[in-house]
Amino acid sequence: MQLTLDEATKWINSFVEKIEHNSATLNELDTAIGDGDHGTNMDRGAKAISEALSKKSPENLSELLKTTAFAMIQKVGGASGPLYGTALLDMSKAAKENDDLAALVQVGADGIKRRGQSDVKMKTMIDVWQPVADDLQAGSLSTDQVTAALNSTKDMVATKGRASYLEEKSAGHLDPGSQSSAYLFESLVEVIGG
Amino acid sequence: MKYGIVIVSHSSKIAEGVSDLISQAAPSISITYAGGTDENEIGSSLEKIQSAFENNTGDEILAFYDLGSSKMNLEMYMEMTDKNVHKYDVALVEGAYTAATLAEIESPLENIENSLEPLKIK
Repeated sequence: MQLTLDEATKWINSFVEKIEHNSATLNELDTAIGDGDHGTNMDRGAKAISEALSKKSPENLSELLKTTAFAMIQKVGGASGPLYGTALLDMSKAAKENDDLAALVQVGADGIKRRGQSDVKMKTMIDVWQPVADDLQAGSLSTDQVTAALNSTKDMVATKGRASYLEEKSAGHLDPGSQSSAYLFESLVEVIGG
Repeated sequence: MKYGIVIVSHSSKIAEGVSDLISQAAPSISITYAGGTDENEIGSSLEKIQSAFENNTGDEILAFYDLGSSKMNLEMYMEMTDKNVHKYDVALVEGAYTAATLAEIESPLENIENSLEPLKIK
């Protein structure tokens, strides 16, 4: 399916709300296996997105994604800034040629893999992004599918990112980046319907 | 060829400290740094990285970083700039010090890189 500017705007706005509402949860998850600031960092990014979008309404999908990307890159401060930023920036470039939702999310997932030199099963946000891209490619995405992808990170042992220093102790906890990514795609399901 | 050096760290104090340290070994080299977030908290700022590169007067730049998001933001900057940047995955202090010492005596890049090779840790 094609993603319109209107849908994408609702998508990003809902994501911003979820991040602001759940920043404490993200911090808690990150305290267990990271440095405890994922919620604070993402909240700073979310506020920067709202501010940037209120200053100037994007004229097309590519511009919306680019504005969102730059807000994250400039304000997040932690690794999630360049990771989300790269995903959204790559999606923004791709959106100039093609507004197919499944293709765009795959471009985003590939951007995160490149930036983080990571792949699936390393207990990172990729473990949500890649299954979601696959589900969209297969034709449907539901909240249950997003939740299943998120929950799959719980028992993984981290091999990338700060949690990887904890080795086996990283198992038994949800990955915080996967949780914020789950908020992103739950927001998408709200907009496109599950 | 005059090389410049850029230091990127999660901490403004580390970035400044490493810069102070290596300036002593390389008084004629352009050394600039980006440390911490825009609010000087622990983290990294693409904007600070950008200014560190813009303010550096080296013809080519040797870049050193500490951890995850410093590296990612540095790589993001490298994808966006036309500047000639060489990034090294080495121990920050030892690597930057080695490069500064050799750049000061105008050692060729190949020689600098050979000396950095054993310091590779990431």
